[in-house]
Amino acid sequence: MADIQERIAGQFPEATFDTSDVLTVEIPDSKLHALARFLRDELRFDFLVTIVGMDWVEKMGCIYYLQSTSDHSRIAIKATTADRENPMLHSIADLWHIAGIFEREVYDFFGIVFIGNPDMRRLFLSIDWKGYPLRKDYDPSLNPVPTENERQSDFTDTYVEHSDGKVVKEQARVFEEDDFVVNIGPQHPATHGVLRFRTAVDGETIRKIDVYMGYIHRGIEKICEGLTYPQTLHFMDRMDYFSAHNYHHGLCMTIEQAAGIEVSRRVQVIRVIMDELSRIASHCLFIGTFCMDLGATTMLFYTLRVREQILDIMDKTCGARMTFNYETIGGVMQDLHPDFVKDVKELLAVLPANLKEYDKLFTGNVITRNRMEGVGKMSREDAITWSVTGPSGRASGWACDIRKTHPYSIYPELDFEQVVMHEGDAMARFKVRMKEIEESAKIIAQLIDNIPEGEIQAKVAKVLKLPVGHWFRTVEGCRGAFGIYLESDGTVNPYRLKIVPPCLPAAAAVDHLTRGQKIADLITIGGSLDYIVPDMDR
Amino acid sequence: MEVTTKSMPYEAWKDNEYIESLVNELKENGTNVIVGSFDKLINWGRSNSIWPLTFATSCCGIEFVSLGAARFDMARFGWEVARSSPRQADFIMVAGTIVHRMAPVLRRLYDQLAEPKYVIATGSCAVSGGPFKKSYHVVMGVDKIIPVDVYLPGCPPRPEAMIYAIMQLSRKMKVERFFGGVNRKEKQQEFLKEHPVEGVED
Ligand code: SF4
Repeated sequence: MADIQERIAGQFPEATFDTSDVLTVEIPDSKLHALARFLRDELRFDFLVTIVGMDWVEKMGCIYYLQSTSDHSRIAIKATTADRENPMLHSIADLWHIAGIFEREVYDFFGIVFIGNPDMRRLFLSIDWKGYPLRKDYDPSLNPVPTENERQSDFTDTYVEHSDGKVVKEQARVFEEDDFVVNIGPQHPATHGVLRFRTAVDGETIRKIDVYMGYIHRGIEKICEGLTYPQTLHFMDRMDYFSAHNYHHGLCMTIEQAAGIEVSRRVQVIRVIMDELSRIASHCLFIGTFCMDLGATTMLFYTLRVREQILDIMDKTCGARMTFNYETIGGVMQDLHPDFVKDVKELLAVLPANLKEYDKLFTGNVITRNRMEGVGKMSREDAITWSVTGPSGRASGWACDIRKTHPYSIYPELDFEQVVMHEGDAMARFKVRMKEIEESAKIIAQLIDNIPEGEIQAKVAKVLKLPVGHWFRTVEGCRGAFGIYLESDGTVNPYRLKIVPPCLPAAAAVDHLTRGQKIADLITIGGSLDYIVPDMDR
Repeated sequence: MEVTTKSMPYEAWKDNEYIESLVNELKENGTNVIVGSFDKLINWGRSNSIWPLTFATSCCGIEFVSLGAARFDMARFGWEVARSSPRQADFIMVAGTIVHRMAPVLRRLYDQLAEPKYVIATGSCAVSGGPFKKSYHVVMGVDKIIPVDVYLPGCPPRPEAMIYAIMQLSRKMKVERFFGGVNRKEKQQEFLKEHPVEGVED
């Protein structure tokens, strides 16, 4: 990293560096775009992981996390503004497609306007929302429960900088003037939750989709700022409820590393087994609901059979079928149930036969192949510029599995393959998940016979305070890279807890993938991306 | 009068006092005998084929999916015909958190349900805001926007609990007066008047 720092310093003498966590380059707003381009093109940090909006009271700003897709190293850019009335930064939406959406999120929460972003609307909150909820001085009484339908608008704002440096607000259309716009959702069985697509169609062909989110935005990030660290954990179960264990693992790991807590090997093994069991259950449900969307309703009943078996295992150990709240800071909540090993082995024994059955019933089916092969093709470049990670990204030939690129816990010791396919269509996304079930089973088989003895809970202070600092960690959820940005000011509450969900980019990419396709394929494409709406909305 | 359903013994129910108070209310209003037995017949039919609206916003909705699958199999009770259009459904199982942006939409869905219509608030979120009590964007209980018939706590409630809740609903249906059953309707109208949502035709 040292020579990277030198190269940046050579190009941008005004940059300052912070190496306490990921190398962070602080740069004045005027040079932000140039630095981002330099990092992307010259130093090959070509994947924008997230944009973290921040309110430090005396100033506001953003932290951009970038990652290289070749050597997986990370770097961060920090840009701030002291103006609270009209905070503005320059947009990087022309460098990464997904940046446009990330910037809208920051605008929605903090009111920071991005100069040059072509679509500066709110993302989750309504047009008439007053104030910016993640600012430290936000007053919640400003916004009571609405008693009227939400005002809709076909226009969006853009902020354009003129050559004399003056920034002018302009209006732009979301759709063309003669577009025929159909509403799909928020209450629609095929949107997988409450997501709304404003779809401009030309006959059966889709011209553009405006993805309208926020129908399940629960404000988790803000609630967490008022809670102690152990209290923040249980929200991780309620975003992507299929990745409950994985997300819990992610936040626990971040807090443990920040506080310098060692967890026993037994805990590590239990956590990894739980993560992989979740992955199998999650992919099973994906197969079921996806097939159901395509009309193969019975598949749901076949796949839920395996899922129920896993839920029983979880139920015995964690005491719940969903929202387990199992991992704690420094350990796990309860020890394994005496039947655990036996049950898991039974599961592993029936799994291959089940997968074979799915293949026989569905994968080779003529209708299936006609509906899925070649539909919703996403190239590797598209996956990267839209930050679509997880199985969907891997189906486009992008090896982005966090378990391999940024190994955590005991994953480096385990023998498993990262499933990568190159077709990039809906069929590939389906097949990657089928194969990942096998790989997860392989991981569990390696561990189940040698779960070491040991403590299940490390000693943790009753009132946990983290040292001043910030941390960024990622884990592999069932749907992609899940990130946590944690900033502490030394008290018992997090100063900022930013959650980086894998489903937001997946949903944002729907517009790009469906252009020019038929309406019926929207269901296939949306289903194959497998987004969970409460995850993207938080 | 012991009101029960699906061969559940009467003593096994909780909240029997509430149902008894409904029965007493009926009696006080003096149900006519002939209309009474028609009511019985119709209510028997209605309470055994309650069709839900497919409506799930988050985690609780997944348990509703499990309820529909082979293991818990709500088809045993005549509830399996989950409809995607509110016009064809009898009740909404509000499974999941309702947030500000969703509130007018939920109200509209409720208004589109055909009479007689019912609501089950499923999960702590729908009951009271649940874990998101401190949120700036969550509606603290769906009874702020639509009238609720059965409250089902849990985060998420297990499918067994969901079965129990829908059975409670069918018990409630059994003691309703279908013919000239104005009392329920009036209460509903009062509620909707007190909680207006503009731009939605009731
Ligand atoms: S009650 Fe719990 S499980 Fe249900 S929607 Fe709310 S948070 Fe999710």
